[in-house]
Amino acid sequence: MFKGILKEQTIQVGIGFVFIVVLLGTFILPEWMSNNFMYGLSRGLAVLGLMILWRTNLVSFGHALYYGFGAYAVAMAQKYLGVTDVFLRIIIAIAAAGLLGFVLGFILRRYREIFFAMLSLAFSMVLYGLLAKAEFLGSTDGMSISPSTMFGFELGRFGLFYFIGFVVILSLIFAHAYLRSSLGHLTTAIMDNEIRVEYLGYSVEKAIHIKYVISACLAGGAGGLMAAALGQVDPDSMVLWSVSGELVFVTIMAGLGNILAPFVGAIFFEFIRTYAYEFAPQAWQMIIGGTLLAIIFFLPGGLWSLFQKINPFKKEKK
Amino acid sequence: MKLTNLKTLGKIAITGLIASILPMSVNAKDTVKVGVVSFLTGPAAGPFGTPAKQGAEIVIDAINSGTMPAPYNTKGFAGATMNPIFSDESGGGTKQVGLFRDFVQKQNVDAMIGYISSGNCMAIGPVADEVKMLTIFSTCGTERLYEEKLRSHVFRTQGNAVGDSLAAAKYIADEYFKGKVSTADKMYTGINQNYAWGQDSYKFFKLGMAQYVPSAVGSSKPQFPKLFSGQYGSEISALSLDKAKIVHTSFWNGDFEAFMLQALVRGFFQKKILVSSVGGSGVDSLDKKFPDGVIMGTRGNVGLIVRNDTTPLNKWFIDSYKKRYGAYPLGPSYQYARAVMLYKIGMDKAAKAAGKFPTQDQVITAMKGVTFESFADTIEMKRGDGHQAVHSIAYGVTKYNKAKGEPGIEKVIKYSASCIYPPAGAISQKWVESGMPGRKCN
Amino acid sequence: MQFLITVLLDGLIYASYLFIVSLGLTITFGVMKILNVAHGGFFAWGAYLASISIIYLGDNEYNSFLYYFAIFLSAIIVGLFFGYIIERFILRKMYNEDIHLIVLATFGLFWILEDLILHVFGVDPLMPYYPAMELGGIELGGIFQGVYSLTLAGLAIIVAFICWYFLKKTKYGKVLQSVIFDREVSVSMGINVTKVYLITFIIGGMLGALGGAYIAPTISVSPGFAIDVVVMSFAVVVIGGMGSVPGALIGSLIVGLVRAFAVHQAPILELFIIYAIMAIVLIIKPEGLFAPPKPRKI
Repeated sequence: MFKGILKEQTIQVGIGFVFIVVLLGTFILPEWMSNNFMYGLSRGLAVLGLMILWRTNLVSFGHALYYGFGAYAVAMAQKYLGVTDVFLRIIIAIAAAGLLGFVLGFILRRYREIFFAMLSLAFSMVLYGLLAKAEFLGSTDGMSISPSTMFGFELGRFGLFYFIGFVVILSLIFAHAYLRSSLGHLTTAIMDNEIRVEYLGYSVEKAIHIKYVISACLAGGAGGLMAAALGQVDPDSMVLWSVSGELVFVTIMAGLGNILAPFVGAIFFEFIRTYAYEFAPQAWQMIIGGTLLAIIFFLPGGLWSLFQKINPFKKEKK
Repeated sequence: MKLTNLKTLGKIAITGLIASILPMSVNAKDTVKVGVVSFLTGPAAGPFGTPAKQGAEIVIDAINSGTMPAPYNTKGFAGATMNPIFSDESGGGTKQVGLFRDFVQKQNVDAMIGYISSGNCMAIGPVADEVKMLTIFSTCGTERLYEEKLRSHVFRTQGNAVGDSLAAAKYIADEYFKGKVSTADKMYTGINQNYAWGQDSYKFFKLGMAQYVPSAVGSSKPQFPKLFSGQYGSEISALSLDKAKIVHTSFWNGDFEAFMLQALVRGFFQKKILVSSVGGSGVDSLDKKFPDGVIMGTRGNVGLIVRNDTTPLNKWFIDSYKKRYGAYPLGPSYQYARAVMLYKIGMDKAAKAAGKFPTQDQVITAMKGVTFESFADTIEMKRGDGHQAVHSIAYGVTKYNKAKGEPGIEKVIKYSASCIYPPAGAISQKWVESGMPGRKCN
Repeated sequence: MQFLITVLLDGLIYASYLFIVSLGLTITFGVMKILNVAHGGFFAWGAYLASISIIYLGDNEYNSFLYYFAIFLSAIIVGLFFGYIIERFILRKMYNEDIHLIVLATFGLFWILEDLILHVFGVDPLMPYYPAMELGGIELGGIFQGVYSLTLAGLAIIVAFICWYFLKKTKYGKVLQSVIFDREVSVSMGINVTKVYLITFIIGGMLGALGGAYIAPTISVSPGFAIDVVVMSFAVVVIGGMGSVPGALIGSLIVGLVRAFAVHQAPILELFIIYAIMAIVLIIKPEGLFAPPKPRKI
């Protein structure tokens, strides 16, 4: 399932990919498409976070908790501190989500399988319950996010796009390094046999905790970028359980084969959604649901496996 | 691995390039493309979104063919035919912002019309200004839209929640408190949806009550259930236990009907007096079951309140609506129609001034501060620097019309705009708290 | 006192409703180890089918006994039809997959069922109020309560009893319990697990649909109203213990009563508190308060 993920070249291809996406988005493609690329890259970060967790067979049905927390951190920083600087925004989003992930990680690291999924869901719904009912947190309306600035200057849509590309490249480098480190390797071993890992003298819980915080940071960063790109946050589209479901969906759709897959998958998802919404406003959920089933049944390795299949030079041995 | 990826990238790039050429259609000057957004799915679709869309359709078709009565009897919008694209409003503000950007950048629309939920308007407003797209909000009501910040590209043809709530308070003072009322009956509470519209509506109802009936006391436990929650068993119990007799609500969409049904079964209306600022749509769907004696507004001279009004434009609208859709037009039908009418006025006026097909900036200038004839009233775009409408608002008491076999309303009192809205430039809350200086009530 | 009675009644009514809905979910999980998100789809379809039947019956002034007949029939039809299709053609092919994939597949199915409703029943809200109107209200503890809503409690008790009788007293129930306890051993004992799964899924679906069908006369049935139900019944099932029938009962009582109390005393905490309880239970007793016993495996 994870073959090829740790190849040396992956990261160069990844950086090249992001460069091309950003250049296409800012110079060649019409604006609406570049929006989809921008949202896709942002959401892809959260999916990358989920994918990293998935490598230990932990699937969070509540990752919108960090996604939404990052987004709301940006909103709160703007409302109460007047922060609109894009660097500060992303740092605040990542730090807030990371801190929350660190605290909850102490509890969640003891859980596996469906219990991990359900406890994540419970935590995300706790946040949802607060945000949706509390007037000072914007209740179901959420809050507007004003356009981002950099060192006091208005950043503009293109500037924001470059910035998102920059954050994504940094995250790719980081994720790549992490997965290649012994800590990263360890977690795949945990998936295979936890007890054996313990006997080798490693703390499984600690390794999972670190992974969980990294995953939370990525999701928080995704939320922060998404908030800046969209200009709006609200609990129904940032924190509700169905948002977590969407993130898991994109993870599966993308496939777990490569750290680039989340971004390809997320961009693809934005396009299905845009088109489904435009051509069948009363059946777009059905189209997304149908796509989901089709992928599970006919493309179990996700979209990424398509890219591997069309490679005529290299047949991966199973 | 490397080669595969490069190939893939090549594919992505080529598909992207092809796709980028496709949507470059040029807008001819004989059509204007307008996005019309209302709830097409979800609990608000039936009672709000669909009637809204239908109201817009009737007026758009009539203007396109030049068959609408005067003063809208010229053909087209600055001569151009409107090509509406209807879209769904559900899914929350964040999603709507994304769709709005798509409309502007992908579909290259000339204007956007619609939006029912106040949450969506608050989300779209700043974005509309950012991408410089002329947007006419038709229905949403939060006053924060213009009081937080003036908007350059955003218009709203519907008065805000302040007027609805103040008129409700005044109606209670004028009608309900006319006779002798005991102290217990002077207490009031509310059940409102927990978002901008519900919160603002109750806030201004409370402020209005403090001004008009200073001896009235507000309950300490007004209810704010979540929008679209649908089940109000516990809330109705809590309101029933409350001593307050007057219950204010700004419920709309399926929530209103659900609340009415659940309350009706539990004898709620034998003990309480409900004041509904926007429940008009529920009156028809509950028909005979709808209780008499509910104090009801429709957010202006639209829907139930003007059902028997014989102004030619109103009569034409009701007749064509009934003919085409087999029902009375509801409040949202009027509101969407009105937003389309303002667009026509702006386009025609700007075209006349410019002597050619107008640019967006010219249309905006033309629309600012205009006064126009709506169906049964006059709309003045006189607040929010000429972007926000004010109009009179009427309240009445529901009473089933046995003779006609349809719901009716009686004891209607109409409050003029100068009575229920603050003067231009004032902040509503401060204005009400300082005793509503300068107000003129009929 | 008046306050206490009211909170208790409100809580009880809500709990009964939650119990009927989440019972199906917990049974499905217990037997098949599937967290069925599409349960919300059954709920919505049950409500819609019952609504159009009741509205038809009511408009034509049929005997009011038929309303209840229509409610149960709708639940059975929806459970049979969608339960069969979904289990037979989709889930059956997935039992060897990762558990998370199955959850996600049911999530996709939920989306599909939701949109199908728009195309079959339209977007207008339906209000099948006839049965609720007919039974009217009754004064309890100083305020009126709807009699129809109170019958929910009766239905919940009946459903709970049938369920208990079935599981403890019938042969088929014992077979079911053995499958819940250990699938592999059951297979080796000659139990036809495929059949057990199909029937379980259908019954689970029927219960979900019954919840929707029975609550329909008290609400405005409109598109998208099932989305909150799904996660709420998840909370109930998790609190009580996934796969446990008494757990579903206790879970719904806890959620129902706590929510009622919150609405009366601190409305702002209404949603928060339900999920907070869910999280706390998971932290203290991850298996839920009434977890079914686990086989010891070596």
